[in-house]
Amino acid sequence: MSVIKVPEADAAGWKCRACDAELEMLPVELEYLDSLFTVALPTCPQCGQVLIPENLALGKMNQVEHLLEDK
Amino acid sequence: MEQHELRQWENKCIQEEVPQCTASCPLHVDAKTFCSLMRQRRWDKAWAVLARTLPLPGVLARLCDAPCKRNCVRKDAGGSIEIGLLERFCAENAKPVAPPRPLPARGKSVAVIGGGLTGLCAAWELARRGFRTTLYCGVPGSDLSALPETQLPAGALERELENLARLGAALETGVPLDTALIEAQLAENDAVFLDSDALSEAMADFGEPDELTLGTGQPGLFASPRGESAPVLKAAAARRAANSVERFTQGVSMVTGRELEGPYATRLYTNLGNVEPAPPVVNAAGYTETDARDEAKRCLQCECMECVKNCEYLRHYKAYPKVYVRQAYNNESIVMGTRQANTMINSCMLCGLCEVICPEDFSMADVCLQARRTMVEKGTMPPSAHEFALRDMAFANGEKAALARHAPGADASEYLFFPGCQLTASDPGGVMAAYADLRQRLGAVGLLLHCCGAPAEWSGRQALAGETMAEIRGHWERMGKPHLVVSCPTCLKALRQGLPEAEISSHWSLLRALGLPDGARQQDTELAINDPCAARHDAVLLEDARALLEQMQVRITEPELSGERTECCGYGGLLSEANPELAKAVRERRAQAADEDFVTYCVMCRDMLAKAGKRALHFYDLLYPAGEDSAARPAPGYSARRENRARLRETLLAELWREESETETAPHESVRVEFTEQARDIMEERRILTSDVQKVLHAARETGACFVHKETGHVLASHRPVVVTYWVEYEERGDGFLVHNAWSHRMRVKGGAS
Repeated sequence: MSVIKVPEADAAGWKCRACDAELEMLPVELEYLDSLFTVALPTCPQCGQVLIPENLALGKMNQVEHLLEDK
Repeated sequence: MEQHELRQWENKCIQEEVPQCTASCPLHVDAKTFCSLMRQRRWDKAWAVLARTLPLPGVLARLCDAPCKRNCVRKDAGGSIEIGLLERFCAENAKPVAPPRPLPARGKSVAVIGGGLTGLCAAWELARRGFRTTLYCGVPGSDLSALPETQLPAGALERELENLARLGAALETGVPLDTALIEAQLAENDAVFLDSDALSEAMADFGEPDELTLGTGQPGLFASPRGESAPVLKAAAARRAANSVERFTQGVSMVTGRELEGPYATRLYTNLGNVEPAPPVVNAAGYTETDARDEAKRCLQCECMECVKNCEYLRHYKAYPKVYVRQAYNNESIVMGTRQANTMINSCMLCGLCEVICPEDFSMADVCLQARRTMVEKGTMPPSAHEFALRDMAFANGEKAALARHAPGADASEYLFFPGCQLTASDPGGVMAAYADLRQRLGAVGLLLHCCGAPAEWSGRQALAGETMAEIRGHWERMGKPHLVVSCPTCLKALRQGLPEAEISSHWSLLRALGLPDGARQQDTELAINDPCAARHDAVLLEDARALLEQMQVRITEPELSGERTECCGYGGLLSEANPELAKAVRERRAQAADEDFVTYCVMCRDMLAKAGKRALHFYDLLYPAGEDSAARPAPGYSARRENRARLRETLLAELWREESETETAPHESVRVEFTEQARDIMEERRILTSDVQKVLHAARETGACFVHKETGHVLASHRPVVVTYWVEYEERGDGFLVHNAWSHRMRVKGGAS
């Protein structure tokens, strides 16, 4: 399974509060309107909590959402 | 949309119709492009435009008597363009061009007999079409020899005769033109054309040519009508004959589909409204370069674009309805691929201005609304386009905001006040004052707080719009079918359509009849009236609104687009949901339509104008003044609008009906939260509600799932209540929170915490 790398996925400074763990770029499945992508995103290696940074949500992710909506 | 419907729509838009000059030119010279190039002093390019259409251009351009001038739109604004003088200037000053390249040889031969201008033009047209052409004449251009040098300079004819030869036509001069020659050529060629004026005696045996085909009694023999004096009409006869020869030799119909040969009528409309009259440039000595440029500049470059000039939406997509309807059709037809017109279709305000303005009544609203309905039916409507508005509508009709009651202490209602969900969201105080006034003066006035279903209608969800109207009908019937009093012009329109049997009055018409309420502002002021687009076709409402303002001693300024031609504030059709950037441009354009403060009877218009930074009043600000500078009141944000509705309901229940609100408080509602100013602005722009943030904070508190920033100590948490994931960055402050930032996305992390 190919993993899309998202350069905007910058989560410097954040760590998982519950696990007190540093985030790692791990493959995560994203789903929208019957489409599925695997993207490397900052994730807590212990509990699996994924962080979607503002730039990613409003940038690339938003573009892909629109692309899928207009498909 | 079916293909025949597309054709009907396309036919309605006249922007691509031919300009009057071209349609009325017997040869259909593209005078508009010609003038456009002449005004840029691009003489050679302009000449190429003439040479593309005119046979023997060096001769004809100098002789043309410009019959197009009779139909030039400029004639009513100073005088028709002097196209003949411009053509002559161009012929004198442009670099000559080679004759057009003939079509591939057809293997057919045609004889042209008679070398007047008509015969020469016919030979040109036939040779150009790929016929093996021979011209038999005495002296070529014999009818031009008497022309003065000033009109046809020496050498002009000779140059075009050379070009005729380059086109491939053979020239047999000094030939006696008689019946024997005609008969001999008929036997040898596929067709023969006679220049009647060059051999009128010999023609007698073959009869007058048919007006449409120029055919004679002899098959394959064509002839020009006798006695034509205008050079351009001679050339037109030659072209008509060439067309007939082409049909004859191909064995196809000689008569069908020939309506556009010669001058014809065009539907193109060009508005002279903002055109400054300007007289033609006159120079008896002939045009100088400056004269030619200035005269060409007077050309109006005719086009319609009436709707586009008056609608920011239609302007935004850089084309016109004929193009848009094709895009909407293609968008609907796509099975695999990207629907590129979704946003365009969802950006129309559905306000109906284009239909009023269009000479042919083209309604972009009908096209777009139908397209939206189809998108909903087929499941291709983008979820993000209208979901927020539909959730807001659901809130307005939900238990926290909707209300249906007889007047306090009454068990029946003669009247039922329907202020509309946006008025309650924007000006709950005004609604309370209006309701008190109505009860005081009319007695048994019930209250119905509900949305009319406009967001569902605009988003193409007919079923949901129908359900909403059915709910309203249920309330109205249970309350004894009282006379409805409606403030919002959109609600008024929707209710009249949805409840046709109900008696319905606008609040404004009622107040006009009742007189002003106590405390209404009455002072001599000047305000610009902003008619909402929903009132466009309601002549009574338009008049009542003005009469009411006059009762309040308001001097009314009408913006250029007003009354039936009013323009939308950018809220209509849910434009601000589907395309916020364009909505901003639309409301800013409307805000600039008048220097004075605006006054309007639609609260969304007021709020949209306020958002554009324009001072604007709603009628309630004048009728039930609350004291402050109402025109400067900012538009409440999305969260405040919901809170206003909910609080209005609670306040009314408590104060008028002495009831406690029976709605339950959800756990997240008790989360204490504050916002930085920046966070508030961001949330408004991103349509994130206070309640959405409260849900995130509540979830984070419950689950403990969140991130913490090592330097700032800020916490970041997310939650997905339904279809949107919200992220909130905040500080913990005792038992409350200070929010710094928030964002959202629709994509879901599969199996993840968010």
